[in-house]
This record gives sequence, structure tokens and C-alpha cells, in this order.
Amino acid sequence: MENFPLFLIISSIVKILIIAHLLIIGVMVMIWAERRVSGWMQDRLGPNRVGPQGLLQPIADGLKFMFKEDLIPNHVDKPLYVLAPAMLLVPALVGVAVVPFGNSITLFGNEIPLQIADINIGILYILAITSLGVYGVVLGAWASNNKYSLLGGLRSSAQMISYELTLGLAIIGVLMLTNTVGDNSALSLRVIAESQGSHLWHWNFLIHFPAFLAFTTAMYAETNRLPFDLAEAEQELVAGYHTEYSSMKFAMFFMAEYMNMIVGSAVVVTLFLGGWHFFGLENVGGPVWSGIISFGIFFVKTAIFLFVFIWVRWTLPRFRYDQLMNFGWKFLLPVALTSIVVTGTLWITTGSRLVVGIGNVVAAFIVVSIVAGLLVMNKAPEPAIRDNDRQITPSALDAIE
Amino acid sequence: MNPEQILFYLFGAVSLIGAIAVISFRHPIYSALSLIVTFFAQAGLFVLLGAHFVAAVQVIVYAGAIMVLFLFVIMLLNLGTLSAKGAISGKLKGFAVILGILLAIEGVYIAANAISDPPDASAEAATESVNTTTYTIGELLFNEYLLPFEVTSLILLAALIGVIVLVKRESQAEN
Amino acid sequence: MSLESYLILSALLFTIGVVGVLIRRNAIIIFMCIELMLNAANLAFVAISRSLGEASGQVFVIFVMAVAAAEVAIGLAIIVSVFKHRQTINVDEVNSLKG
Repeated sequence: MENFPLFLIISSIVKILIIAHLLIIGVMVMIWAERRVSGWMQDRLGPNRVGPQGLLQPIADGLKFMFKEDLIPNHVDKPLYVLAPAMLLVPALVGVAVVPFGNSITLFGNEIPLQIADINIGILYILAITSLGVYGVVLGAWASNNKYSLLGGLRSSAQMISYELTLGLAIIGVLMLTNTVGDNSALSLRVIAESQGSHLWHWNFLIHFPAFLAFTTAMYAETNRLPFDLAEAEQELVAGYHTEYSSMKFAMFFMAEYMNMIVGSAVVVTLFLGGWHFFGLENVGGPVWSGIISFGIFFVKTAIFLFVFIWVRWTLPRFRYDQLMNFGWKFLLPVALTSIVVTGTLWITTGSRLVVGIGNVVAAFIVVSIVAGLLVMNKAPEPAIRDNDRQITPSALDAIE
Repeated sequence: MNPEQILFYLFGAVSLIGAIAVISFRHPIYSALSLIVTFFAQAGLFVLLGAHFVAAVQVIVYAGAIMVLFLFVIMLLNLGTLSAKGAISGKLKGFAVILGILLAIEGVYIAANAISDPPDASAEAATESVNTTTYTIGELLFNEYLLPFEVTSLILLAALIGVIVLVKRESQAEN
Repeated sequence: MSLESYLILSALLFTIGVVGVLIRRNAIIIFMCIELMLNAANLAFVAISRSLGEASGQVFVIFVMAVAAAEVAIGLAIIVSVFKHRQTINVDEVNSLKG
């Protein structure tokens, strides 16, 4: 420990501080952006009174949250009730640690990679952290001791573990093309981003288009956003798992959702959209400027993806519960599995990214058609899932994987 | 004390406390939470042992899937009210604890003495160089242990079918 | 840290799991204790794997996890079925095959 260079420690701390604050500021900007964009999409104004263009609205909201009474209802399970928001917020915050948000900057003769920790199991770390987010929701729901909350928690746990599967399977194709034999760092997000290079046709979303769609959809489900927000469906469950929460505790749930969105977008950009690469622009300028430009490129890509998040929210209606499960298990999962088989086979036999890309799309199309055909043929007049008993099936299956 | 020792005692203590909490909490949900804490501490121990991949899989599989399933079932059955009357009598409990202490002594004795020649410095150096990576594990899994790997998939398939049969019969019986 | 420390920790964790199975009557908690024992075994596997300097132990851990996952899925399904028939998951009350 003694021969740890001081510079490394200082630069790490600075990076952590910058990224943590960027996340929090990002949350505030996202809240503002969501309200303005939704206003724009619904042909109304949205908040525009506090500050220029309503930019200070999130700060006003934050102040309001802080000064509200921190209510703890009598019927709740107090320790878990207090713990739950933190258990949701912490995974959302620490997930960003392995995301490379740019190339490296050279300062005072030291090269600083723009990433907090480049660990060799980066992508597994992301998967592990995302899978922990569900605890905050489930425990908050259970501790609230309220039937609406409990229903939200049950839905959320089943949904999360169903879609996690797709999340994990969809990236395997990406890993296969990134890996070289004997290399042991292919699970590092930095290596994945570097391997995509500057050219559009090396970016993974073109090569693994079905997997990209599956991963993105599963990411939406993991963040509990519309059209997957069954855990808090206002029309059915009041507010779902956070019905009983108020004041800053509610604000923490709220912030965690937006942080998950930001981290999720950053991961998608790293895995599928070429990370900080953009047609060689990231190499312009000296050792300092190229780092800053690469960070800017990454930032812009993430911001665009976040806009898509908002866009989707105001475009698609919420799924019904059985539709959600059907979609996850009968469409997304087969697509992700097909992507693994096709990518592996075609990459071994032809070794051409173009063939893999075309093969993936064709195979996914065939699989989706087959599934849809089977569903139409078997369409019995079956009612929607009525009770909790049947809902256990998909989640019980999930543990097997 | 070097950092590794400090971390070992930290994680070890956390996992032991978590394990004891699992069997002493009345309510299953608190037991499940304590078990998650234990799993986390064990993941930390795996990292200390250089098994990064296993540590990540531990969190993904145990904390991410298995324990969510436990919580799901506890919430689904709403077991809170049932747990109180489930305790066994004090005498039997004392007997069980004595048996447990005996087993612990035996286990610790074996663990401390059974290794006839403890790995010396050269073996330690060898472990440093191997530093098991995901690549090493994958290579072993798909070459040397290919048959067990396939058998595992059969086990999973059997479990899958078993669960479907169990739940399917229930819903038919209801109709 | 020496191999012995890890093995002792593993033995202690295993024992706690055994005691849990003995003193608790709630089927779900008994199940958790079984998971605890499996994990203690995993710890021993990884510790010995490092001290021998090869990765086979870690491969075994992955097998153990796969089997544990299968077991949990089946076991919890059984617990849910039992609960629906008898309204209890106390293992002492579930003692007759006739239901």
C-alpha cells in the first residue's frame, strides 16, 4: 500500500467527486428535461417560471422536499422502511464506477484514464449492481405494509428478475466479438469501448442490432420506466412501492430512478454505441484536449439516449402484467438467445462483421415471426392472469438460469 | 496486520454475524436480508482470494436472483404472522445448540490440522502467477469439465420442468 | 491469510447453517440455512483452489451455484404448494403424506 503513487490517489478522488456530482446534477437536469419535453410533446409549456426556462425548477423541488415533514406512518416496519430508499440509491450511485466516460487525459506527464475503476469483470459488476436495485423497491414495498405497495413490490421483483436474464444474455454476442483468445480483460468496459473504434460499422449496435434492442428494452424494464412501470402504476396502485413515502425519502426513490436511467444510458453507449468514439473526432487535439473531447462525445451520446428514454415514456402506453411477462419471456429472451447462437456460428465460419450483422437481424426476424405465429395459432380464449399463483411461474423459472 | 488480514477479519466477522442473524431473527424477511449480507461478505472474501469472477457470479446469482426469489415467496405467502408459533421447545433448542458447538469444534479442529503440509512460500508464489481469471475458468469449464457442465444443464432443465409441473397441476386443480 | 483461517471460517459458517436447520421450524428459513451451508462449502472450495494454485475449485463453485439455483426454484415451488394445501410451512406440522 505504501508505494501507491500519491498522484493516482488524488486523481481517483477527483474523478469520483466529479462523476458523483455530475450524476446528481444530471438527475436535476433530467427532471427538468423530462417535464419540459413532456410538456412539449403534449403541446403545453411545462415548468417555466423558476429561473430561465424553468431551469431552477429542480432546485425549488428539492427545497420543497427537504422542508416537507418526514412522515413515518405507524403501521410500517420501521428499520426497513428507513433503509429501503438508501438501498435503492446506493446501487444506482456505485454502478457508474466502472463506466469509461472518455479516453485518457495526460496531466503533468501522468496518463489518467477517464474511468473510476477499470476492473477486469466490469460488465459482470454492472449486472451485479443492477440486480441489487430491486431490493430497495421490494423492501420499501414490503415495509410500507400497504396492499398497493406490496402489489407493486411483487410485480417489480418478478419483472426485474425476468428482464435481468435478457440483460445478461444480450451482451454475450458483444463479448464474443470483443474477446481474443488468451485475453483476460474482455469483460472490462474500457476494452469493449476501445474495440469498437471510430467507424460506425464497428459499433456494436449495427453488428448486434437485435441484441441492442433487447438490451435497451430490458434496461428500460430495469429502471421501472414507462412502459414498464407496473410497480408504480398510478391508475392501479396509487403510487406502487412508494405510496407511503414522503419528503426526502420519496425524493431518494425519485433520484434513484433518474440515476439508474443515466447509468443505464452510459452503459448502453459504452456497449453498443461506440463509447467515446466518433469518426476520429476523439483524437483531435493534444493529449489534454482529446481526453476532454472524448468525454464530450460520450456525454452527448448519453444525453441523446436519455432523450430517447423520455421520448419512449410519452409514446408507449403501459403494458398489462401478462403482456409484460409474455413479452419478456417469449420475445426478448428468444431474441437474445438467437443472437448468441447466430453471432457465434457466423463469426467462427465467416469472421466478417457484416455477415454477423445481417445474420443477426435475419435470425431475430425469423424467431420473432415463429413465436408470433405460434402465439396466434395457440390463441385460446385465456383470460389475463388472475391471481398471484400463476405469476410465480416465470420468476421461479428465472432462478434456474 | 496487512490490509489483506484486516479485510479478512472484517468480511469474516460480517459473514459470521450475518449467518447468526439468519437463524436468530423471528421474521423470515429479516433472515433473508441477513443472508444477503452474508453473501456479500463472502463475495468480498472471494475477491480477497483472487476469484473475481466467482465473486461477481456470487452477487449476480445469489443476491440478484435466489434471494429475490426468497423475498418474493415470503411476500407472496405473507408469512409474517406465521413465524411466531414456529419455534421449537427450549430444551430441544439447547440440545441442538450443544450439538452445533460440538460440530463447530470438530470442524475447526479438522480445518486447522488436516492439512498435513501447509503450502509453503513457493506455492504462494505459484498462486500469484496463476491469478485465476475469467479466461482460465472458461477454459477449464469447456474443456476439462465439459461433461459436468452438460450434466448441470440437464439438472437445470429437470428443475425447470419440475417447477412447471408443480405449478401447472395447482392451477388445473383450481379449475 | 493462511488457508487454515479460511477453512475455519468456512467450518463455522457451515455449523451455523446446521444449527439453523436444527432449531428453526420455518421451511423457508431452513432453506436459507441450506444455502448458507452450500456457501460455506463454496468458500472452502475457493480457498483450497487458491492454495493449490489452480482454478478447478472455482469451476466447482459455479457448479454448486447452478445446482443451488435449481434446488431453490424447485424447493420454493414445493413450499408454495404446501402452503396452499395446509396454510402453514412449519415443517413439524407438515408430517403426513395425506393431504
